Amino acid sequence: MDLIRSHVMVCGGTGCTSSNSAAVIAEFEKLLAEKGLDREVKVVRTGCFGLCEAGPVCIVYPEGCFYAHVKTEDVARIVEEHLVKGRIVKDLLYKGAMEEDKQTVKSLDKVDFYKKQKRVALRNCGVIDPENIEEYIAFDGYAALGKVLTEMSPDDVIQTILDSGLRGRGGGGFPTGLKWKFAKASVSEKKYVCCNADEGDPGAFMDRSILEGDPHAVIEAMAIAAYAIGADQGYVYCRAEYPIAVKRLQIAIKQAREYGLLGKNIFGTGFNFDMDVRLGAGAFVCGEETALMNSIEGMRGEPRPRPPFPAVKGLFGKPTILNNVETYANVPQIIVKGADWFKTMGTAKSAGTKVFALGGKINNTGLVEVPMGTTLREVIYDIGGGIPGGKAFKAAQTGGPSGGCIPASELDIEIDYDNLVAIGSMMGSGGMIVMDEDNCMVDIARFFLDFTVDESCGKCAPCRIGTKRMLEILERIVEGKGEDGDIEKLETLAESIKTTALCGLGQTAPNPVLSTLKYYRHEYEAHIYEKRCPAGQCKALLTYKIDPDKCKGCTLCARQCPAGCISGKVREPHVIDTAKCLKCGACMEKCKFGAISRG
Amino acid sequence: MCCCNCNNNMDKHTALQQVIDELRNEPGCLMPIMQRAQDIYGYLPEEVMNHIAKELDIPVSDIYGVATFYAQFNLEPKGKYIISVCLGTACYVKGAQLVLDELEKVLGVPAGKTTPDGVFTLNATRCLGACGLAPVIMVNDDVYGRLTPDQVAGIIAKYRE
Repeated sequence: MDLIRSHVMVCGGTGCTSSNSAAVIAEFEKLLAEKGLDREVKVVRTGCFGLCEAGPVCIVYPEGCFYAHVKTEDVARIVEEHLVKGRIVKDLLYKGAMEEDKQTVKSLDKVDFYKKQKRVALRNCGVIDPENIEEYIAFDGYAALGKVLTEMSPDDVIQTILDSGLRGRGGGGFPTGLKWKFAKASVSEKKYVCCNADEGDPGAFMDRSILEGDPHAVIEAMAIAAYAIGADQGYVYCRAEYPIAVKRLQIAIKQAREYGLLGKNIFGTGFNFDMDVRLGAGAFVCGEETALMNSIEGMRGEPRPRPPFPAVKGLFGKPTILNNVETYANVPQIIVKGADWFKTMGTAKSAGTKVFALGGKINNTGLVEVPMGTTLREVIYDIGGGIPGGKAFKAAQTGGPSGGCIPASELDIEIDYDNLVAIGSMMGSGGMIVMDEDNCMVDIARFFLDFTVDESCGKCAPCRIGTKRMLEILERIVEGKGEDGDIEKLETLAESIKTTALCGLGQTAPNPVLSTLKYYRHEYEAHIYEKRCPAGQCKALLTYKIDPDKCKGCTLCARQCPAGCISGKVREPHVIDTAKCLKCGACMEKCKFGAISRG
Repeated sequence: MCCCNCNNNMDKHTALQQVIDELRNEPGCLMPIMQRAQDIYGYLPEEVMNHIAKELDIPVSDIYGVATFYAQFNLEPKGKYIISVCLGTACYVKGAQLVLDELEKVLGVPAGKTTPDGVFTLNATRCLGACGLAPVIMVNDDVYGRLTPDQVAGIIAKYRE
């Protein structure tokens, strides 16, 4: 056996892979082999570290050096200096990873981005090689399944999950143990366990990262759930747009079968369970549980009326439970460490942690996992590093097309299921998109309605027709054709769609409009009554003006203008012909004197 | 089936038949078969849908219903390079629409269409999950992140060569 003295963990998540981490890994392997170090330094392609903004990232252990923005040409220096000579390459370190004395390296849990995080669902992401089952087992993997099968009855398992207070991480927040209890109570010779990996919320990628970084955790949890409810077959329904996640999941399933952790007579206990992956085909509504089951059955992914609930009559007409990827990722640790341990994290009604995908106008884009009850301010400023370019925070959008926008006045809200619903948003699967003063909230509402109209399956009239009418009104407003009464029409439509739509997609579709109306009504009014976009984003409502006092007549703007609509003599103030202006903004970008404004 | 490329199409047909025989007894096999058929042909020609219907003994209208429900299935051939512009929220708030507008201008086709020479298909897609790099586009499997509209023409030129 080789004695490994150093590990180079390179992120192989989607973000870093897109930033070319595969080439970095290849370069490490090549150079280490050339130096004859390949048997003492091991390069591991891991799942997501979370700090996608700094990608490609790699961590060298045992020192725990966090190198950021690593390019292939940097690899030679890390190998030569760090791995051969033992000198840390300080200029390549992540900027927040040094102590104040600029000499010692901070341990990762002291770096600002990680300091307030608590990694439970993501615990193995960035730590193990997701394509190697032995690394998962070395980190207590499959210990929970062993414990469940040899020491616990199905009722014990369900009671533990109930006691832990674990709630569905896909967004709804339904108690997981209760779902399992209902499914166990249904009598049937065949039952199913399904995993919802159809992560359709735009801006959410935690499920993808868990599948890419720790696929065995999901497999183990599904086997535990199957034992609890009495099922022997599982399906993971995964987005086809996630090829790396699908591949790693398939590798993991194959390895688990080879190790006897899936299949017949697991751990010699007579318990049988196997599972398959089914690919989605690009329909957002398939994240809804009954639609997802129709899709696994090979049909159009249209939702079914409930009741009957899936716990009674689900996939192929049999009792079925469906949980989200992140929910499952919590289960093995709850079994091993106990319900009480889980409840030490989070709030009274929302135990544990939640993973958020931070995106949009924020410095540290990436994945963060925090205990429930952490404030929005801590997530955005302490962990996320605030808003780039010194701009002002305007809103955080959570819950995707079903959620809402949280304004600056609510920055100190403690994030949990109930608090977010109380202020008109929702947890959702955990996308958190930050917007600054340049984002128009009416346009954001229009963006989400456009999404819903496109993704509405068309089965029920309130969603199919109602959301379309709402979108038409919003489109009029952003084009400057809003009329008195539009806001009231939107409110009436929203209420009736909420109360009458068949499934969760339709019932929550008006939320982005309602929440922006609640907190940013003045922006709607400015569009409608003053024909003005306060954020300066809606093109139809923009006019560009040159301030004659500031203009030096340098002619730069006139040379930039693609429409040739700026005129004026050299060293004299210029003028924009607003009738011809395309509103492209090129002039404003180039002006060195800040003389051009829009409004 | 078309005769201009018979050998090639016969290979494809054999591959399709293998997929059908492999999966036909799986519960809910229709979508996996259609997905693999599309991998083989690049899209779902009418003959292929008819053939699957006959083999599985279901009405072709069911297959057409599934094919038109999901965004992933194509009923028309696609270009050699498929450009997917992410219009997820994170990309949108960082200006993905401007990137899409520029692509439409450079390629001369609206989103959802293929250029007349059959080289590029331009698609506006849902979140690609690479929000850390917003705004993002993909050209087949290559990802381009943190884009501004002025980089678009250069990227297209690279594939035109």
